[in-house]
Amino acid sequence: MSANLPVPLLEAKAVAKHFGGVKALRDVSLTIRRGEIYGLIGPNGAGKTTFFNCMTGLYVPDGGGFVFAGAPLVADAPHRAAERGIARTFQNIRLFGNMTALENVMVGRHVRTRAGVLGAMLNNAATKAEEAAIRQRAIDLLHYVRIEDRADDLAKNLSYGDQRRLEIARALATEPKLLCLDEPAAGMNATETAELRELIEGIRRDGTTILLIEHDVKLVMGLCDRVAVLDYGALVIEDVPAVVQKDQRVIEAYLGA
Amino acid sequence: MNKWLNPRSAFGIALITIALLGLPFVAAMGGQAWVRILDFAILYVFLALGLNIVVGFAGLLDLGYIAFYAVGAYTWALLASPHFGLHLPIWAILPIGAGLACIAGVLLGSPTLKLRGDYLAIVTLGFGEIVRIFMNNLNAPINITNGPQGITLIDPVTIGGLKFSGNTQLFGLTLSGPMKYYYLLVALAILVIIINLRLQHSRIGRAWQAIREDEIAAKAVGINTRNIKLLAFAMGASFGGIAGGVFAAMQGFVSPESFSLMESIMILAMVVLGGMGHIPGVILGAVLLSILPEVLRYGVGPAQMALFGKMLVDPESLRMLVFGLALVLVMRFKPAGLWPSPERKRELSEAAK
Repeated sequence: MSANLPVPLLEAKAVAKHFGGVKALRDVSLTIRRGEIYGLIGPNGAGKTTFFNCMTGLYVPDGGGFVFAGAPLVADAPHRAAERGIARTFQNIRLFGNMTALENVMVGRHVRTRAGVLGAMLNNAATKAEEAAIRQRAIDLLHYVRIEDRADDLAKNLSYGDQRRLEIARALATEPKLLCLDEPAAGMNATETAELRELIEGIRRDGTTILLIEHDVKLVMGLCDRVAVLDYGALVIEDVPAVVQKDQRVIEAYLGA
Repeated sequence: MNKWLNPRSAFGIALITIALLGLPFVAAMGGQAWVRILDFAILYVFLALGLNIVVGFAGLLDLGYIAFYAVGAYTWALLASPHFGLHLPIWAILPIGAGLACIAGVLLGSPTLKLRGDYLAIVTLGFGEIVRIFMNNLNAPINITNGPQGITLIDPVTIGGLKFSGNTQLFGLTLSGPMKYYYLLVALAILVIIINLRLQHSRIGRAWQAIREDEIAAKAVGINTRNIKLLAFAMGASFGGIAGGVFAAMQGFVSPESFSLMESIMILAMVVLGGMGHIPGVILGAVLLSILPEVLRYGVGPAQMALFGKMLVDPESLRMLVFGLALVLVMRFKPAGLWPSPERKRELSEAAK
């Protein structure tokens, strides 16, 4: 890691979002650097998920914007964010429940493959080769998150922990530069959380930058290189965990100690 | 490739081929009316598989499907009848009909992209009615569709000098008009079955399924849901357009009343009762639902005479009563359809636990 020469991957510039009178995000500016694990924490309703949704194109911000990998993110369609290299998981898991685990990951390859209707109808050599590659990559990803033995099970029949892993595998299938995890440890026990931590560290080692929204303070502080704290839609602090932990405003707002 | 060389499946395919080839001769023993019923059964298979792309694969509830069938039928009627004096060949009309239906599909699809479930059903239902009412009223100020009287004397299908109406002698066999249409329709149906099968297990098919399951998650993994949904509408509509063209040629006559809401509902019922999204199920549903009412038409009258010695209930109303009851029973005891896909079966049996 080039800690001396940090390269920004994602810059949020004064992002604002309000729902009626509620100001969910007040001019939030932060920078995620290439190759780091970046934590975003804050009490319930602080605007973490809203920030996520603005970034991934589900919401259109009312002010400000994002610069991703050197070019502005156009906040029009979520599929474009995925195209640019931003993948996400959801706070309350959103898998394609009645598709198998393998098919779920195969759908993730959609944005990096091209076969259209004509290819499918003719089933020509190029389409067959692409289809085989999609399948192989999906199998590899299931291995990567260690649920390869559940490949042919319907996603909704997987255990909670495996569903989380599958969602990560599906997100990785889009070949993201930035992987955004929305509370991946929610509802997990200590063992599962430890395994998840290992998985996240592995993903970072393999070259993907990670943005982590999490309630589990211990996990965030132990895992993240830098942490940002949101409170009432505003950025309180953005720094390394050791500094954030000692910050008086953070303790008041969130840690409650 | 190897699975086609497997002797057991080769035997199965041979058996099905012989059955499909011989079927119209068996039906003809009961009169040409039964061959026509067979023709319509295959036509409905074609239509149901077209609708299956929209409803079964992409999960978009479309109650106006018959509109595309109407567009295809009127395209044929206007381009190959004395009405405008045009007599274009099938190679021109079917693609034009499919293309116009495709455009109609995109026209219906684009304003309804954000709608789902019941709301989409209502809008598509309205669309189907609009098209029918247009056909009914486009006889003034300029007479385009000839209004409720419909268009008559439509050219039959002609391929390479072979006219599909009237009898043809071939290898010592007499092929009647409906028989020839039967073979044409079977060929078209096989084509649409292959397209359905291939689409289902393709990148596009998976994208449709993903949208059906969770549209937001589908967007998040980079699926352009707008285009993929429009594609489903366009493809389903094109098949409807082709079916409509063959229907017009086969009947020699079209009028707006062939394209009522009831027809849309029947086709949807074929898809749902057979097993939504499951191609063999949809075929079964289409065959049963098109043949059963006809069997009842010929069956309930004599059955009453045999049982009670007189007509107690008008056969026409009894027919629909029995038919409705059969639908209710299927939905009660086989909610996933008569022949659901293995996944869907599992899904529903788990939900019931």
